[in-house]
Order: sequence, then C-alpha cells, then structure tokens
Amino acid sequence: MAEMLLRDAMSKALREALDEDDRSFLMGEDIGAYGGAYAVTKGFLEKYGEERVRDTPISESVFVGAGVGSAIIGMRPIVEVMTINFTLVAMDQIINHAAKLSYMSNGQMQVPLIIRTVTGGGGQLAATHSQSFENWFASVPGLRVVVPATPYDALGMFRSCRKNNNPIIFAEHALLYRVRGEVPEEYYEIPLGKARIAKPGTDVTLVAYSGMVRVAEEAAAKLGEDNISSEVIDLRCLSPLDLDTVIESVKKTNRVAIVEETWKTGGFSGTIASDIQEAAFDELDGPVIRINGPDVPAPYARNIEQLMIPSSDWVVKSVKYNFGL
Amino acid sequence: METNLKIQDELLLKMYEEMVLCRTLDERIWMLNRQGKAAIMASSQGHEAGQIGSVAALRKGYDQCYIYYRDLAVLLTLGLTPAEIIKGFVAKEGEPLSGARQFPTHGAHPEYGVINLSNVIATHIPQAVGAALTAKMKKEDRVIVAYFGDGASSAGDCHEAMNFAAIHKLPVIFFCENNGYAISVPLSKQMAVDNVAGRAEGYGMPGIEIDGCDIVAVYETTVEAVARARTGLGPTLIEANVERYLPHTSDDDDSIYRSSQEIEEAKKRDPLRLLREQLLERKILNLKEDKYIHESAKEIVNKATEEAENAPYPETTDFFKHVYAE
Ligand SMILES: Cc1ncc(C[n+]2csc(CCOP(=O)(O)OP(=O)(O)O)c2C)c(N)n1
Ligand SMILES: [Mg+2]
Repeated sequence: MAEMLLRDAMSKALREALDEDDRSFLMGEDIGAYGGAYAVTKGFLEKYGEERVRDTPISESVFVGAGVGSAIIGMRPIVEVMTINFTLVAMDQIINHAAKLSYMSNGQMQVPLIIRTVTGGGGQLAATHSQSFENWFASVPGLRVVVPATPYDALGMFRSCRKNNNPIIFAEHALLYRVRGEVPEEYYEIPLGKARIAKPGTDVTLVAYSGMVRVAEEAAAKLGEDNISSEVIDLRCLSPLDLDTVIESVKKTNRVAIVEETWKTGGFSGTIASDIQEAAFDELDGPVIRINGPDVPAPYARNIEQLMIPSSDWVVKSVKYNFGL
Repeated sequence: METNLKIQDELLLKMYEEMVLCRTLDERIWMLNRQGKAAIMASSQGHEAGQIGSVAALRKGYDQCYIYYRDLAVLLTLGLTPAEIIKGFVAKEGEPLSGARQFPTHGAHPEYGVINLSNVIATHIPQAVGAALTAKMKKEDRVIVAYFGDGASSAGDCHEAMNFAAIHKLPVIFFCENNGYAISVPLSKQMAVDNVAGRAEGYGMPGIEIDGCDIVAVYETTVEAVARARTGLGPTLIEANVERYLPHTSDDDDSIYRSSQEIEEAKKRDPLRLLREQLLERKILNLKEDKYIHESAKEIVNKATEEAENAPYPETTDFFKHVYAE
C-alpha cells in the first residue's frame, strides 16, 4: 500500500473527478497557475486547461452561486473556498439556496455541488482566519458535511461525494495536509455517514472529527500509559451523522468525551451529547464530557492560541478528572 | 488650485524620510519572519508612495483610515512607532492595535484614526462608508479613506459600498492600491477592463487612475479628493498603480506565477528610488544627507527590534477580556 499525504490524496480525488466525469470542473481563487493555496491543484492547469480549472476573482458569492446555478442544470462543479472563514461572504448562496433548492422545488432540482474548503486554526492566523464552522453547516437541513481526518478517508469519501446529489461541504483541516497515511492502489469508497473506530478500547469513548482525531488518538496513547483503555471514534461526517457507532461504543465503555476544536457554545459536541443521553442514558456512568475551545475568538499570540485549542493533555486531564480514573 | 498644490520641498523631504524608514522596517520584519519570529508578513515594498502620499493629504488624527494588511506605511506615517509595529508581528505585550490578539497590523488606534479590523477581503469598505455616513450626519468635515487592493475590487462588498457612498454623497475616498495581483491571480483574470477607476462613472463619482509610484501625483490627487469630500461633494475613487516587490505574503512563493524579469522590470519604478532621484536632482537632498537618513532609519529599526524582542509575551489571563463590551 502506498503512503500518501492528505494533500496528495485530495489531488488524486480531484484528478479522478476531472478524468472520469466531463461534467466536473473546478473554480476558486489561486487554483490555476498557483496550484491552490494549499497546493492541492498543483499542475492541474497545465493538464486540464483554463475551462476546467478556473481561477476566480475574489468573489466567493458569485463562484459559489455560479456553482449552484451550474449544478442545477446538470454539471457537477467542485468549488474551492480558500478557507471556511470566507464561506461567510457566500452564506446566502449556501444556506438559502444550495441547501434548500431540492426541497423548495419539490425535488425537481438537485444541487450536486461540492464546496471544498479549509478549516481550523493553530497557524497563528488569528480571529477571522482560524475558525471552524462545520458545526454550523451540519445544522442546516439539505447540506452534507464531510470532515476527513486521514488521507485514506479523504480520497474514499470524496469518491462518494461525487456520486451524491446533495450540496456538500467538504472541509479539509489546514494542519492535516501534511499528514501521511496509507492509501491503497485499488479502488475503494468510504460511504458518507459511517464513522470509523480509529482505535478500539474499553474504558472510555473519545469522539472526534477532523483535526481533533489526532488529538484524541494522542490522548488515548497517554491514557494507555496509565492503563486506561480508550476507544477513539472518528465521525468522518457530521451529516449524515453515524450515531449508531457512537452508541455501540458507549454501551461498551459507559463513558464518553467529545473533543471538538470550535467554541463550546453551539458546538456540535452539544448535539452529539444530547443524542447520546437520549439514546443510551442508562448506559452512562457519568455525564457526557464536552471538550471544546473556549468561547473566545482565536488570538494571534502563539502562547495564547495554543491554550485555546483542545490538546491531548487537556483531554487526558479532563477524562481522568471527570470520570475519577 | 495648481499652485497651492505644489508640494513644498520640506514635505517632499519628510515623505522621503518616512519612506526610507518604512522600507527599512519592512525589510526587517520580513527578516524576522524568516528567522521564525514573526508568524506572517505582507510586505508594503513598492506600495509606499501610494500610502505615504495619500496620508500626507489628510488631517492626521481627525480623518480616518480604514486600511488593509499591506498598509505598513499608513500605520507608520499616522504615528505608530516601529517598536509598536514590530510588537504586533512578534506578538508581544504592549502591542497597541489589538494587544497581540489580531493578525499583525490589525486592530485599531482611534487616536490616530486608523482602523484595520478584518483581513477578510473588502469587508472593511462598507464600514468605512458607515464612518463617512456618520461624519455627514454629524455635520463633521471628517474624511474617511478606505484602502484596498485590486483583488478586493471584485468583492460584492466593494461594489455595494461604492454605490451606497455615491448615492449619499459621502465623504469617503476609495483608495485602490493596484499591484496587478490578487495573490497569484493577475488583473486579466480579475476583471475584463484594464482599470478599476473606470467603474466610478457607473456609480456616479469621479474615478482617477494615477501612477502610484509617483508620490507627487498621489499627494495632489488625494488633496483634491479630500477637498471634494470635505466640502460635501461626495466620494472619489483613486486607483494608484503600484508594484508588489515581494511575494503576496511570507507564506507565498511568487516564482510559481511570475518571472524574476517581471519583478526587475517593476523595480525600475521603485517609488523610493524615484523620489530619491527627484530630490537629488532638485537639490533638496544631497548624498551626505541621504546617507544620514538611511543610517538613522536603520538605527531606529534596530532599537525598535531590540525593544520588541525584549518585551514579554502577553499574559494568558488577559485574553478572555473584551469578548464582550464591559
Ligand atoms: C473574502 C476573502 N477571500 C479570500 C481571501 C484570501 N486572500 C487574502 S489576500 C488575497 C488577495 C488580495 O489581493 P488584493 O486585494 O489585490 O491585495 P494585495 O494583497 O495584492 O495588496 C486573498 C485572495 C480573503 N482574505 N478574504
Ligand atoms: Mg493586488
């Protein structure tokens, strides 16, 4: 099996889309000659040409909206919003339109649009460039939200996205592009809405997605040193959400902590926590723990920024303290 | 009008000193980034004449500048010290714009009339228009300048702001620093026309395209736009054609999308060199004075670097403050 960076897995996923489906094309800022702000479309312009790899002006509203317009009438566009922070200037197109056109047209219209974007903080880019809004998008009926944590999943889920007829937010974490992982040569797909057990365990379940999966895995390793066995679940998608896998795990461990990068108030961890207690209250030995960033905009100063993003030590402490382990 | 617009020698010399200081500071910050001390930097090199020439036409501390990340010279000429600016980059205690919370050069200094809140492109332009609306409603003769790049001119916020300002004849100057690129995307892929200024007519305001490396042209054009704004005649769009000598930011590699010849060509109109030549030729400056100006700029920047590097990192407890107004 070949090892691959997540960045390269995404490049492969996009090349497949362009090679296999002539209805697919890319639009976004700096994706052409530059090869994408995170180098995912490097070499694409030369290979596929300007018609299919289109550099756009700084006009998120129009290139997302044009993606919607084009998807409705039979194309399968893939647009790249440089970071999730800039989806905010295209929010009407996404929430009021992409997400609702199927419903509002009584199913006559479909919007097979993939909006790729880069999420997360930790790069000292401060308040307006370090956010994670996957949880917001996941709260909107009509949108699918995919949040891969490994190269294998990024490629496998992207393949499924291409076959899906819904608008999809495909959020790639900025700090994961250089993560290396195994990706088989043979074709495979990862279905949307199927969580992954990243590490099996028996004492506590750690639920995470995107950049926080690695944090949870690190925490699990540290807890392991104290003979506490953690099961790490990577949600992979926030919509559709695979609650079953989480519940199965909770039945085994009876303890669960959810780790999420974004602010605690309104965090998706709240939704999951509530779903768990509704579905498996009697299985729980204690309250569901939510480990989120504090309700503060991301600061620039490195020494502070690091305190704002859940770390493995933070997870370890919280698990031990809250569950008396 | 022409005669009282003639820039006095003294002012030219002052602007030159500011430009030398800014260039020296800019080079230093870039170096601090390369040393791993400053997380990110967007250089102003090649933009300085546009920034310094326009600020010189303003009433400092009264008029308001809504700037963007590349406006180092605006910050400096409005009154921030090099040490204060460097502290922003290295995220140290005592950084006056945001308390080291925000991206370098971002935050606000109300006393100097400078606001740079977000680096989401073009989002500050509507706010500048709001400030202009307020000045008009309060019957103050304050002028607001919104600085932005050519790339920003494609954003909906920019169009909406210009239209709104023209309708209400607001005292705002839209100052576009056109360096021909939005990161890697050249002008030809940003717009079908060859300039931004031409759009002004469609909104109902004057639009003037100038050589943004010619500090006299920048100054004189801004003086006129300021006069229009102050006397209730409404907004002006100034497009200053400038150059960006360095990559988009310290994270960028511009060799992917432009040739070194292109940069060499652009350096022929280096605003710093052009102004220097003009001053020497007109005998406003001699070589000895020039050397002194460069040396003292270096000294100022050295001291500032030392001060910033020796400053402590910000207190961690402070950072929960000011999420909400108190
Ligand atoms: C809404 C939005 N989209 C994209 C970006 C990413 N971005 C940062 S700077 C930039 C280019 C800006 O170009 P221009 O306005 O010409 O200013 P310059 O940097 O050339 O001075 C882009 C696309 C952003 N910050 N905000
Ligand atoms: Mg530009």
